[in-house]
Order: sequence, then C-alpha cells, then structure tokens
Amino acid sequence: MPMTAPSPVRFGVVVFPGSNCDADAHHALSTFPDVDVDYLWHKDTDLKGVEAIVLPGGFSYGDYLRCGAIARFSPIMQSVIEFAEAGGLVLGICNGFQILTEAGLLPGALLRNTGLKFVCRYVNLRVDNGETAFTSACDEGDVLRIVVKHNEGNYTADPATLARMKADGQIVLRYVTAAGEQGDGANPNGAVDDIAGVCNQRGNVFGMMPHPENSVEAALAGGAGGRRIFQSMVDTLMAREVAR
Amino acid sequence: MTQRATFEAAVKLGLTADEYAHICEIQGGEPTYVELAIYSLMWSEHCSYKHSRPILGRFPTSGPRILQGPGENAGIIDVGDGWAVAMKVESHNHPSAVEPFQGAATGVGGIVRDIFTMGARPCVSMDSLRFGELTAPRQRFLLDGVVGGIAHYGNCLGIPTVGGEIYFEPSYEGNCLVNAMAAGMIRTDGIVRAIASGVGNHVVLIGSRTGRDGIGGASVLASQEFDETLEEKRPSVQVGDPFTEKKLIEACLELIHRKLVVSMQDLGAAGLTSSSSEMASKGAVGLDIHADRVPLREADMEPWEIMISESQERMLAIVTEEQLADVRKVCERWDLDCTVIGQVTDSKMLRIHWHGERVANIPARRLADESPVIRTPSVKPDYIVDEPVAVDDAAYPRPADLGAALAQLLAAPNIASKRWAWEQYDYIVQANTVQIPGSDAAVLRIKDSPRGIAFSNDCNGRHCYLDPYRGAKAAVAEAARNLACAGALPVAVTDCLNFGNPEKGEIYWQFEQAVEGIAEACEALDTPVVSGNVSFYNESFGQAIYPTPMIGMLGVYDDVGVHIDDAFKDEGDVIVLLGAEAGWMDGSEYQKVAYGKVEGRVPDVDLQLEVELQSKLRAAIEARLLKSAHDCAEGGLAVALAECAIASGVSGGAAFADPDAPQARERGAGRWLGAEVDLGSASIVTGAAGRPDLALFGEAPTRAIVTVAPALLRPLEAILDDLPHRVVGRVTGVDLRCTIDGEELFTIPVSEFHRAYESLPQRLA
Amino acid sequence: MNVRVHITPKEGILDPQGATVERALPALGFQGVSGVRIGKFIELAYEPPAGTTAEQARAHIDEMCRKLLANPIIEDFTFELDEG
Repeated sequence: MPMTAPSPVRFGVVVFPGSNCDADAHHALSTFPDVDVDYLWHKDTDLKGVEAIVLPGGFSYGDYLRCGAIARFSPIMQSVIEFAEAGGLVLGICNGFQILTEAGLLPGALLRNTGLKFVCRYVNLRVDNGETAFTSACDEGDVLRIVVKHNEGNYTADPATLARMKADGQIVLRYVTAAGEQGDGANPNGAVDDIAGVCNQRGNVFGMMPHPENSVEAALAGGAGGRRIFQSMVDTLMAREVAR
Repeated sequence: MTQRATFEAAVKLGLTADEYAHICEIQGGEPTYVELAIYSLMWSEHCSYKHSRPILGRFPTSGPRILQGPGENAGIIDVGDGWAVAMKVESHNHPSAVEPFQGAATGVGGIVRDIFTMGARPCVSMDSLRFGELTAPRQRFLLDGVVGGIAHYGNCLGIPTVGGEIYFEPSYEGNCLVNAMAAGMIRTDGIVRAIASGVGNHVVLIGSRTGRDGIGGASVLASQEFDETLEEKRPSVQVGDPFTEKKLIEACLELIHRKLVVSMQDLGAAGLTSSSSEMASKGAVGLDIHADRVPLREADMEPWEIMISESQERMLAIVTEEQLADVRKVCERWDLDCTVIGQVTDSKMLRIHWHGERVANIPARRLADESPVIRTPSVKPDYIVDEPVAVDDAAYPRPADLGAALAQLLAAPNIASKRWAWEQYDYIVQANTVQIPGSDAAVLRIKDSPRGIAFSNDCNGRHCYLDPYRGAKAAVAEAARNLACAGALPVAVTDCLNFGNPEKGEIYWQFEQAVEGIAEACEALDTPVVSGNVSFYNESFGQAIYPTPMIGMLGVYDDVGVHIDDAFKDEGDVIVLLGAEAGWMDGSEYQKVAYGKVEGRVPDVDLQLEVELQSKLRAAIEARLLKSAHDCAEGGLAVALAECAIASGVSGGAAFADPDAPQARERGAGRWLGAEVDLGSASIVTGAAGRPDLALFGEAPTRAIVTVAPALLRPLEAILDDLPHRVVGRVTGVDLRCTIDGEELFTIPVSEFHRAYESLPQRLA
Repeated sequence: MNVRVHITPKEGILDPQGATVERALPALGFQGVSGVRIGKFIELAYEPPAGTTAEQARAHIDEMCRKLLANPIIEDFTFELDEG
C-alpha cells in the first residue's frame, strides 16, 4: 500500500473547431476525484503528458463532407495515433467515434440514422464485454442508461470484419431494452447487430455513440448511467500507475 | 455611385411619399441611391417598428432584477450569485414560409447572435411554431422543414433546445409562425453593450464573407403581405452556416471576456446598415465605413448591396488600436475572417465610402431614431361578441362516449405529444438540463450553485382572436403558471407579437388590446418585459392570422432541487384541483375538435386570484409537499389528468419518465399510473348547462392539478388556506376513471390514452 | 484542369436516403423507378506543379479521393478531368 496519496490521473479532451461536447466531457471528468483534465487544441501536437485522451462529441468542421473526415487530419490526431499505437487509452464519443473510424483506429464506419432524423433520447446499453479498460467497472450483462443524440450513429462493418470483431470481444456495448434484450425498438439508429460501442483488437481504443458525459450526475435529466465508463478508465490508469 | 435617387426609386423600395419627403429634408436634397436604400431598410416596419413603437411604451420594463430592458440586443435579468440571464425572442415568419429549413435555421442563428454579442454564453433555445392544419397542402412540408432547420442549426451550435410549442390552426396556413427564443448566462459585471465610442477606434468585421443573401430581405419580405409572387421572392432567403457561428461564439466570447473589444453588435436584419447606424447613434458618434474593404463572397457587388446584405454569421466590433493585434490573433485561432472596414469619428454621421468616393452621408441618430411613427385609427372588428355561447343540445349535441371524446382530444395535433419534434433536438448538451421537453416548463441548473432557471413559451391564438385583451393577458398568466407548476418564480418576459397588416384598423385594434392585456398581467405578476419583437403583415390574400402575442418567460429558483414535473408518482397520492372549477366551451380545443367551431367569449383572468394561486403553489413546492403539478390548459381538466397519468408511464424501449425511480422499476415496463377522479356536481361545475363534457373538457384560466402524499394533505391545505381548491381524487393503477354526480363517465386504461397522445407521427407519415 | 468527382455508396451499404426517395416517387405519379442511390458530386480546379504528367495528375487526384473526398470503407468513387 503506497504511503502517499495517489497522484491524479491526467485526461486530455481534444477540441476541434465545431466540437461542442468538449466542455461537458471536461466537466464530467472533473466530477471524479483524483482526476485532472486538460484541453488539447487541434492545431497543437503536444499531448501535455496526459494518460488518456477523449475525442468529444459535436460537429467538428460542421460534419462537412463526412462526419470526422476533416478532423482526422488535424495535427493533434497524428499525436493521438502515435499515443494509441503505444497503448494509450483513447475514448471517442459520438463525433469522436466517427473520427476514430475515419482515422482507421477503429474498424467500420458510421452512417446516417435509418430514420434519417437526428435522435436525442435515452437508450439502454448492455455491456457485452466487461473486461475492457472502459468497462472494467461493469459486469457483463449490466445495463447502463445513457443519452444518445446524433444524426449519423448507424454503425456498419462488412460481415467478415464483424465476425472477427465478435470473436475478439471487440463489440463492447449494444442497444437493448430496459430488460436487457435486443430488439423491440431499442436500437435508435439501425446500427448493425444493435452495436453502440466497439474497441480495437488491442482494447485500448474505444468508440461509443451514446454520451456518457451527459449521464454522470443523478440530479440532472441524463442520470448517472455513464459514470462507470469513466470510472473504468480511471481504475485502469490507477492500476497502471501502481504497477509502475 | 453618387447618382441621386428619385421618388420613383423610393416607391420601388417601399417608401411612401411622406417618408421620401422626410428623407430629403434630413439629407438636404435628393438622397444618393445608397442613402435611399439604407433609409428604405431602416425605416421598414421590420427595422423601425413604426406602427408598434407608440403602443409598446405601455409595457412595464424595469424592476430590481432588470439589468437591461428593451433597447439593446437582449434583455438581461439578475438571477443571483453574480449571474444574469440574457433573453430575447425573434420572429422569422416570412423567410420560413418561403424556405422553411433555412428560414428556421437562420432564425435560430440570428437570435443566438443577439445573446452572445452581449457577452452571454447561449445556453437555451426554445421555439414557438404555428402552421395550418396538417391535412392542408404544404403544411407537413413546412413543419418538417422548420423542425429540421432548428435541429440542424441548434444542435450544431451545441445549444440545448429544451422546449417550445407547436400549434395548428387554419389561420396560419398561408403564414406560418416561427418565433425563436434564446437565452444565455453572463456574469453581471461582464455585460457588453452595442455602443460605439472612442474617436479613431477601428470598426472590425468578423465572420463570414458577404454575399447577396437576403438583399432587401427585411423590407421586401417582412413588410409586405404574401401574394402570387411568393415564389419569386425565394432568392432573397438567407442560408445559415452553424459551423461558422459556433466558431464565432467561441471567438467573440473570448474577445469579450478578455476585454479585447470596446463594444460588439451582431449583423441581423438590414445587415451592416442597421448595426453601424445603431452603434453610432447610441454612442452619439459617427462611423466611416469603407464598403470596398468588406470581404465578399460574390463578385461585382455594389455598395448598397454590401450595406444591406443579410449574409449570416457576421459580427461588428469596435476595437482600439492597442487591442487590434490580439483581436486578429483570436480570430486567426478560430479561422475567422477579421477585417478593419472603418473607424469611429466625431462627425455623428454614418459615412459610406467606395474606393475613396463618399457614396452616403447620413446623420446616424436621425436615421436610427427618426423613422416615422404611425398610429392607425383602430376599429373593433364586427366578429367580436360580448356573450359566451349558449351550449344547447341543438348547436352542441352531447357526445355519446366521453372516453372516446377524451381520446379524440388527446390525439388532436394541438394537444398530442410533440415528441416527434423535440427528439430531433439535442436537449441535454451543456450538462445543465434538469427537466427535458414534454413537461410544463424547461428547467436548468446553474453550475456550482444551488440556483436554477426555468423557461416557458405560451400563447393561445384562438383565444386572442376571440378577445385579444383577455387572450393576451391569459398568455402571460399561463406562462407564469407553467413556471409556478415547476416550482420557479417568474421574473421577466420576452414577447413576440405576431399580427396581420397594421395599416388595417381591425388589426391595429387587436394589437392595442393585446399590448394592454400583456401590460396588466406583467404588472400584476411582476414580470417586466425586457426584450421582444413585433412581426406585422402576417397575412395572405387579405386574410390575417389570429393575433398571436407569444410570451416567453423566465423563472428562477433559489434551490433548483425543489423542481417537480407533471407525472403521477405513487398509487394512493391525493389529487387536488387548485383554482376555479368552471370550464367554458368558448374558444376551447373541445369546441374546435368535437364541433368544428371557434366562437364565443373567452373567460377573463382574475389576476389577483392568479397571483395568489401561483404564490401558494410555489410555497407548497418549496416546502417539498408536492409530488407533481400540472397546469390545466387546452382540453381542460380531463386532458390535464390524462397527461399526468401518461407521463407516469414506463415503456420497454425509450423511457418516457424516469425508469430508474424505484417505484417505476416495481411497476415494470409498459405500465402507467391512473386516477380515480370525482368531478363533483355537474350543476356546480358547469353552471346551468349541467353538462359532464364541459366539466371534463371546458377550459378556464387559473387552474392547476397537484398530487400529494396522503400524510401531507393537511400541511398542504394549511398553505392553500382560502384559495379555492378541492380534493378531486386519488392516483390509482392502470385506469383513468371519472365520475360526476356519483355516476361513472368512463373507465379506460391509461395505455389507450397514451396511444392517442403519441399519435402525431401517424399524421406525418 | 477541371475535375469532376462522383461519389456513391458502396454496393451493399444501406442507403436510407435513396430508399426514401425511391418510395416517394410513385406517390407523385412516377412508376417504374428502382435502384435509387444518393451520393455526392464534387467539382474542383486543379493546377499541378509544372512538369507533372497527365498520369501523375490522375494519381494525385486518385489519392485525394482515397484519403479525404471519399471513405473507401463505405463509398466508391470515379472521376473525370479535362484539360480545359
């Protein structure tokens, strides 16, 4: 048992022009003890020594051309890619998830919702892999209630890729009913196999369409269903620190 | 460019002979074409308020909380702990009727700029929308486009759209109404006003390049009725770029917070013309503008086009020489154009230059303040009646099945759930939303403070048509009552007054009456009018819309934790009706839906009773006695009860209420709470008419339904004291059951009413 | 040179916009329409450095499309250019 208090784990939230959930991500992380949060500007390459990176939601570059297509070429993204290749934790939320697929850090792509309209509502997410750095504070089968709000959240990948992802435990979160079952209107956007969040093979890069940063305070409309996603990351980083 | 403009040119631009003569007098001769274009726009109804200014002075506009009343970009209200809320509503009716998606989108963009130009971070968007009946041609296209445009722009900006209204009346078929309201948070010591000062200071244009958007938009579209040439006016509509506006928000707030600008103004209606002349006039200074330095999107633009262009996403800042370098750096960081286009002078003249040649020289103050004032002689319309309708079996045959009548009302587009619309809006970004759309008011917390704010939008156009004075008064009362039901104290109003052609005596009468009604209610409820907008000429082919004075209201909480919503919570809770019992047929949704009529004399609001009811309701909520509260509005008592029951439901997929609440989990998915309600005696409740349907569906102001745990009924009654109120029933499981005179009217599972209430999407398929 | 790029959803990718338009046309009286796919059209003027061969220019544009203008996972593209 260390005699001194643990030093805070350091998160960086990237800000692209048009990101609009960066402040919410920053605020959500600040509600956790022993966490420091800093902003990372898209034009910079310096990651300021952070231990985990969040690519927040929003409309980077207005979603022009394709969601995340232009943001992926920001100077900061080169550093994020190197950080990920070295094993650093990267969480992409909504637009952040889109940027990660465009950058090739996650498989698949996000298409327009099948309903062709922006959807903002509560969804229930089943944890289908409770071992990742982003879900370790959950048990497999847990249902988290979190908000989605997007126009292009329809996850797709070709059948061969999907099969490989399933075999490797890369499908982390699925849309389900409150009772934990797929189907019955639980999927808000038509995503294949009700997929809401996936990680890379190595398990250090994770993308999810729902917004955990809007579900970290029980007193607010979003509830606190998203806390365990961030808690998992904090736990993982703390464990790494102790191991050093 | 300095060609003199003739009277014929003035007429083409929409000016009258008197106005042209006045311009010649001010300018000391015939004005140049650029000068005439500028006057024509600044003196249009939309920009100068020439028909409304003399009447609007009736509004109460000041109070201990009011930091800024009408006259600036937005009104500002102190909400405690060093925080203030900036608030304003604006109409974008005519552009939305032409191109609904972009019209609504740019409406949101425009009103948001009015908020952040004062240094406030925009934190709330709400929109009050009105269309013709969904069965009429084009209306679904308009609804779809308007909601889509609001979503597109507001979501991209990262501003939560937390509420609003949507109504459907034949009256709006040719003239839809899109009233966009926005609010923002600002520290009380950080307010920036749009006043130019400092001779020699730079005039800096920030944001998008200037094109031909909306050329003549204000005077061409907003000051005229629609006729067959509607389609020709399409090129005048502006297209919005929310991505640029998001960057503008960040850059401008940084400039303001770091005190890098002397003042700032957004470019809205009449573009550079109105912004520069208003800033100069307020500061009693002059401005020299070099139109040739304005960055352009289109080649070969003439100086008058540049001055009146309504290209979106542009801001004007007054900047000292010392500040300029830092201003450029901030703009560069956000990849925004930043161009010095002029300077502040002591000439008190607005001077426009074009490649070294002076093409306009106008006294700034006289341009901004001396537009003609016109008071049309008002005429009370013939259709106004002084007596309520006789509800006899001949004109109003009794319905056989009251349960079916309730379902029909719940499915009526004016009452049915608008979930289809608000689920297209991000209502939760910025992590402050406490109460999502669907309840009586939108509620937000203030970070790092126990305080909170709440907002409502209200107006019943039909009531205002039948009696503009009573209807407008009722709109204010209802907005305040909605806030009170959520536990908030109403503190200020922003109003959007939508009317027909003010040159007609009957319309002007409606306007005067409505303003009087609003003023009286605002005085009684202590909610000064801090900002607002007037939209005239909402007429097509000579037919005017219902007079529609939309009230946007702000409420505050010392402790936002006391807020409640309208959903039933627990079986056994006691249901109490607060306020007067009698409901009326006149102007009710029931009269329209069941009988196809709009007629009669709507009841008047007893403002003293209203103030007492709201105050006691709030006291009960602050004492944490109540489980729920809901205003009784369209559809009367029965609809209000059904809405409370429907809101209690939990479905298997997307949850409608809070499925995490322990009671909800126990009830299980797809289960609703119901109620057993005794409406009392028909003869008392509905007067001589003795009609159960009026007891159920009759409408009256100053009524609310609350629920309370049985153990807390006594303390509640102690607070209510001699406020008229009655225990009407209990929350039960599954069914809604109503009786009158001991006789059962219906017992129907709430799930069936839920189906009716959520049926709007079927009308849009 | 002037370049015109056509981008379409890959065969097999769900195209809800195309499907919606396909459903709407019969309601307006147009029968016999099928296979509606909705894509993007991009025009640009390209001035390559002096000495660039036509083949090299084509290769540059191909790379532009692969890297940014299209997403090869879900989109196909073709382009044409004229020296005008």
